[in-house]
Amino acid sequence: MFLNWLPENVSIHGAEIDSIFHLIYYITLAWFIVTVGALIVFALLFRRRDGQRAAYITGDRLPHAAWLLIPTALVLMLDLWIDFRGGDAWARVKLHAPPSELQIQVTGKQFNWEILYPGPDGRFGTPDDLQIDNELHVAVNRVVGLTLKSKDVIHSLYLPNLRLQQNVIPGREFHAWFQATKPGVFEIPCLELCGFGHSGMVGHLIVHTAEEYDKWVKEQWPAPSSPLKESDQP
Amino acid sequence: MRMAVVSEQSAPARRGKIAVWWLIASEVMIFGGALSCYILARTAGPGWSAEAAHLSAILATINTFVLLTSSMTMAMAFAAYQKADQRGVCRFLLCTILLGLAFLGIKAYEYISHIADGLAPWSGSFWSFYYLLTGLHALHVIAGIIVNIILLLAAGKGLHTGYRIEIAGLYWHFVDIVWIFLFPLLYLSY
Amino acid sequence: MGEGTVASPVKPPQGIRPTMSHRARVDPIRLPVARTAHEDRSFWRTYIFSTDHKTIAKQYLFLALFMALLGGYLVYVMRWQLAFPDTSIPGFGFVGPETYNALTTNHGTIMVFFVAMPILLGAFGNFLIPLMIGARDMAFPRLNMLSFWILFASSLVIMSSFFVPGGAAAAGWTGYAPLSARTEYTGVNWGINLWLLAHALEFASFLMGGVNFLTTAITMRAPGMTFFRLPLLVWQQMTASVIFLLSVGPLIAGAVMLLMDRLLGTSFFVPEQGGDPLLWQHLFWFFGHPEVYVLLMPGLGAVLEVLAVFSRKSIFGYRWIIYSTISVGFLSLIVWAHHMFISGMDPRLAMPFSITTILISVPIALIVFSMILTLWKGSIRFTPPMLWALGFIVMFILGGLTGIVLGSAPVNIQVHGTYFVVAHFHTVLLSVVIFGSFTGIYFWFPKMFGRMMNVPLSNLHFLLTLIFFNLTFFPMHAVGLAGMPRRITNPLQYEFLQPVQSLNVYITLSALGLTLAQFLFLINFVWSIVAGRKAEDNPWESATLEWTAPSPPPHGNWGDTIPTVYRGPYEYSPPGVREDFLPQDLAPSARSD
Ligand code: HEM
Ligand SMILES: [Cu+2]
Ligand SMILES: [Cu+2]
Repeated sequence: MFLNWLPENVSIHGAEIDSIFHLIYYITLAWFIVTVGALIVFALLFRRRDGQRAAYITGDRLPHAAWLLIPTALVLMLDLWIDFRGGDAWARVKLHAPPSELQIQVTGKQFNWEILYPGPDGRFGTPDDLQIDNELHVAVNRVVGLTLKSKDVIHSLYLPNLRLQQNVIPGREFHAWFQATKPGVFEIPCLELCGFGHSGMVGHLIVHTAEEYDKWVKEQWPAPSSPLKESDQP
Repeated sequence: MRMAVVSEQSAPARRGKIAVWWLIASEVMIFGGALSCYILARTAGPGWSAEAAHLSAILATINTFVLLTSSMTMAMAFAAYQKADQRGVCRFLLCTILLGLAFLGIKAYEYISHIADGLAPWSGSFWSFYYLLTGLHALHVIAGIIVNIILLLAAGKGLHTGYRIEIAGLYWHFVDIVWIFLFPLLYLSY
Repeated sequence: MGEGTVASPVKPPQGIRPTMSHRARVDPIRLPVARTAHEDRSFWRTYIFSTDHKTIAKQYLFLALFMALLGGYLVYVMRWQLAFPDTSIPGFGFVGPETYNALTTNHGTIMVFFVAMPILLGAFGNFLIPLMIGARDMAFPRLNMLSFWILFASSLVIMSSFFVPGGAAAAGWTGYAPLSARTEYTGVNWGINLWLLAHALEFASFLMGGVNFLTTAITMRAPGMTFFRLPLLVWQQMTASVIFLLSVGPLIAGAVMLLMDRLLGTSFFVPEQGGDPLLWQHLFWFFGHPEVYVLLMPGLGAVLEVLAVFSRKSIFGYRWIIYSTISVGFLSLIVWAHHMFISGMDPRLAMPFSITTILISVPIALIVFSMILTLWKGSIRFTPPMLWALGFIVMFILGGLTGIVLGSAPVNIQVHGTYFVVAHFHTVLLSVVIFGSFTGIYFWFPKMFGRMMNVPLSNLHFLLTLIFFNLTFFPMHAVGLAGMPRRITNPLQYEFLQPVQSLNVYITLSALGLTLAQFLFLINFVWSIVAGRKAEDNPWESATLEWTAPSPPPHGNWGDTIPTVYRGPYEYSPPGVREDFLPQDLAPSARSD
């Protein structure tokens, strides 16, 4: 019943996270049913009856303790399964970022997302850089690299539809990446308490189709002869 | 005389000792936490040695010597207690207290001269940690001195200080050992 | 309370002198005190500055109940604001975002440090450890009194922080730096300093308490009370004390550093001059995670005692539970960074911490299985404490399982910082703090106050709490999966949250119901203290030592001799015996076989 509460996934790595969530969901649901079921059945079955004594079982000896140790071993196995599946997905999202096709810098500050585009030259710190607050424009199906910074306190960049979250910390710089699979407008709430304006600190991710994106680029950098260098590495 | 000592070593002594060991375990975690922060911070960035060079290793060596001697006099107070030598207890407790005060005096002199040189807690990471670690330690020295003064007053009035000497001693040695860690990590690390 | 007249306990092992060679288990100093207690005891010494562990336990309990009312009031304001943002809240007025942040921060701090800790450790530990191990008091009764009064001072400090200029602390109960480290980021100045001071006093209080608990349990056990005859609750209180002592140290150092950052302008946690904000998170969670086990263990302990008594069965796998408890204690010290998966720490650390996190579920699972298997072939009595204990198991399983979702690093990316976390930790924490505490309170109430509580009212309280609890917190999982951030003031500021706002309204109404249901308890509690039916010494036919003392036990707990222990704590329905339980202190010769 919880599976469809997750917001629609529009990233290429999100499906894997969702599938791990589903795996955990089914495993834990099964455990819940088994354990709580056993509890209820035992409670009803062994309720007090006149003239009937409880059995004397201490459970310390091995034949009895097996009832304890075997399910526990099962828990351990399932746990490790979840963890190893998780390890791959984690590495994919946080460790092995693919080369970015668009590089954008996002800086959190009380209480806005400053979003800095390198402009047609693909470099930060040049005059054609463009800063737009709270609007992250990207093209669909392109690997977007984000350079994440903060100016004051800790914020957290959260893109629920992209299954992406990363805290930003003053004095440090992080790299995150995503590849959106569907055009649309999605919200970017801040997920770490950052002061009185934390509630309502929200930006927008605008995923354009390829054509729209080109149009948007032309509007922002009207200079005619400087196409975006696409495979510029950070 | 010996008998009295034995009976005093029973329940309350055992309790006191166990309690102090647990107290020390949690104190180890306090200093362990602060020291790990210092070491991690220091390995993360350059420029610390130059700051550390402002410290006076000579004063610190003297202070180490003072504190070690005070540990010895504390142990002698305990030995006197075991021999039921009340005057010895008083004498060695007084020595321990005076040495503790001497330590604090030298420390205070260091603080004052650093601050006069403009090296205050807010003058950079090294100094923040320096004041944090030595300050926490100095607070423990003060606590130890207060405990010893209470014992000295009791012993002076001829009251039985009993096993408490041993417990206070455990604590005092612990404070001493903390310094043994601080000394090289702060003063000898440039 | 200190009347010296002592009703003879059930089956007193009179005349049996300690056969144990252990040194001086019977404290020569405290014995006479027990007899002459009533003579020189003024009102102040008896009820206020008492050194009697039982009176101190009650003081912790009353303080906690009072603070729970305060924490509950804060949450009422918060929930109302979330359901009907920016309307005037009856009994409070309008809530601005600054106020809201102060409310969440102090709700969390108060509930964890001034409700859960005082009940589960302060009240249960103080009341039960001496009684269960057969001691006349704690090892250091005056230190015990001091612990309580320091906590009392601490609660005054946290309450006064609401009235200083700038208001109360508003950086979250986790107090993440740099938000908490510089006044300009929150606008709160003295509020956060006082918040830190309250923590310092709190930690000092429970450090002293923990040392006292451990020393008592190690040195003051009655003759025959070996470690493997201790009731599980004592084991669990001991483990809780150890992990508290070991985990809080670094945070104490951290709190001093944070205070220096605030007052002296150092920058331990501020990036100018090379400070590191993540350091605070490490220090906080190195304590913060073990802390939840510090709370869990005494709750588990209470539930285990009750399960054995009311299923008339030995706990299934007593020793396994002890080993599991100890493993949980140690594992809890190496899982902290699971709160920091997306915090910006080195992402390579995520997998090791994910593994330890998920490993800690193994011994916990064992304890749960053992609780369920204890019911197997029992003869179960559905008394109020038993209902709470069963409720505890169900809610605890639910909360534990949602923890697996959070413990998986990749899924954590999605749910960290959302209401899913709020739902998860309330389910586990409240299964302990509400279900565990009520298990214990309903069970030991007769021993504490010498009277029985009203049963129908207790059952109604249980039923309503169980229902409203789930109606409140279960939907929060859904809201969280939908992405609703924690610690926001107004969900309507987000377009993607419009569809879940109706759920928020519904959660708020359920939370109101949950809160109102607690008044049934308060009425029952106060009424029973004054006019409940008088309790016998052992109304539940329990085998552990606390029930061999009179109800309520006098100062010194037992008459002339303390009980001698002959067996483990859970000898229920043993074969070859007519009664269905063997008290721990019943001499073997007196057995009816
Ligand atoms: C009637 C019962 C309770 C309700 C309805 C309730 C509700 C809430 C809500 C809605 C929040 C999140 C606020 C936000 O993130 O904006 C919260 C936070 C919290 N609650 Fe409770 N709560 C209850 C009882 C408790 C208890 C008994 C405890 C602890 C033992 C507790 C511990 C916490 C903590 C630690 C936080 C986090 C505070 C923070 O984010 O800084 N709560 N509670
Ligand atoms: Cu924020
Ligand atoms: Cu944790």
